[in-house]
Amino acid sequence: MTQPIETRPLTATETEALRARQRERNKVMGLILGFLVILFFAISIVKITAKPEHAPAEGAEQAEHS
Amino acid sequence: MSTANPQALIMPADWRDFFALTKPGVMRLVIFTAVCGMLAAPGTIHPVLAFTAILCIAVGAGGAAALNQWWEADIDAVMKRTAQRPIPGGRMDRTSARDFGFALSGISVMTMGLAISWLAAGILAFSIFYYSYLYTVWLKPRTPQNIVIGGGAGAFPPLIGWIAVTGHITWMPVLLFLIIFMWTPPHFWALALFVQIDYSKAGIPMMPVVAGERSTRWQILAYAAVLLPLSMTPWFIGGTGWVYGLSAFLLSGMFLWLSVKVGLRTATPGDGMKPEKRLFAYSIFYLFILFAMLVADRFASVYGLQA
Repeated sequence: MTQPIETRPLTATETEALRARQRERNKVMGLILGFLVILFFAISIVKITAKPEHAPAEGAEQAEHS
Repeated sequence: MSTANPQALIMPADWRDFFALTKPGVMRLVIFTAVCGMLAAPGTIHPVLAFTAILCIAVGAGGAAALNQWWEADIDAVMKRTAQRPIPGGRMDRTSARDFGFALSGISVMTMGLAISWLAAGILAFSIFYYSYLYTVWLKPRTPQNIVIGGGAGAFPPLIGWIAVTGHITWMPVLLFLIIFMWTPPHFWALALFVQIDYSKAGIPMMPVVAGERSTRWQILAYAAVLLPLSMTPWFIGGTGWVYGLSAFLLSGMFLWLSVKVGLRTATPGDGMKPEKRLFAYSIFYLFILFAMLVADRFASVYGLQA
């Protein structure tokens, strides 16, 4: 582990492969983050517009007793 | 490190390998049972919140799977079945897997807490801790009953799905938990009986390796025998109707029958382990159909098709 690893500059093909890998990862990361933005927006809207008497605990209570 | 190609190390891992790290195959059963727990629960939940809860359960399970592979990379490396996973396959470094696992776990628990409830989030957090620490780090290398405990990890999804809807714990979600808990050992030991060489090589005390085949077969039978009445208990306590009760009886009866065949026989070299393979295949079918019938039962009650 502590031995110095022999290094050399990347060749053009290796650089290209590295960049392609990075681009692909960034694209997937972007998609996930965009999806999370939409999801959190939707959750916020749902929670803001929810009426308090429809709290899940109470709904469950009624259903179990019926 | 010195043996690896230094140029390969600077290559960041492919996103597909991160996806593979979440064990997408296991995820299918996790999502399915979580959705069933949610649909079978009394009460309603907004579709957006339902989707969020399922997503959190799935992502949490993925995080736990990543942490599990971070920890077990050296064990995975010596078993044929797991040697090509991202870390032992040399396509990802361990640190990435660790960070990825912690990130998924943290994000899923926080989102569950903010969007659904902190009770559901707490149980999700505990299930991740249970799988990635109690099971992976602590019990798996120590006891041949490891899979019994490990089954607990797989038993959490329907419990969390149910609680996401109702907001509190009742007997029904706990029973769903117990059913999967009891189902896992015969399911897994059936597999372990026909792939046992791998585990002994990795030093993991799997039941057939430690206690021998005879004992393992008896234990498969014992668990299957307990599973029959247990799977019908939701009906006995009035949590479901006869649609589920009858299905559970037939499905578990078949499960017990196949387990009897595995439990009472002794394998001879070259017999292909057919009964074991059949039991393993049936056990997957069993869980899918049992939970599907739980949901069918709920809909039958809602639409007045059963008393």
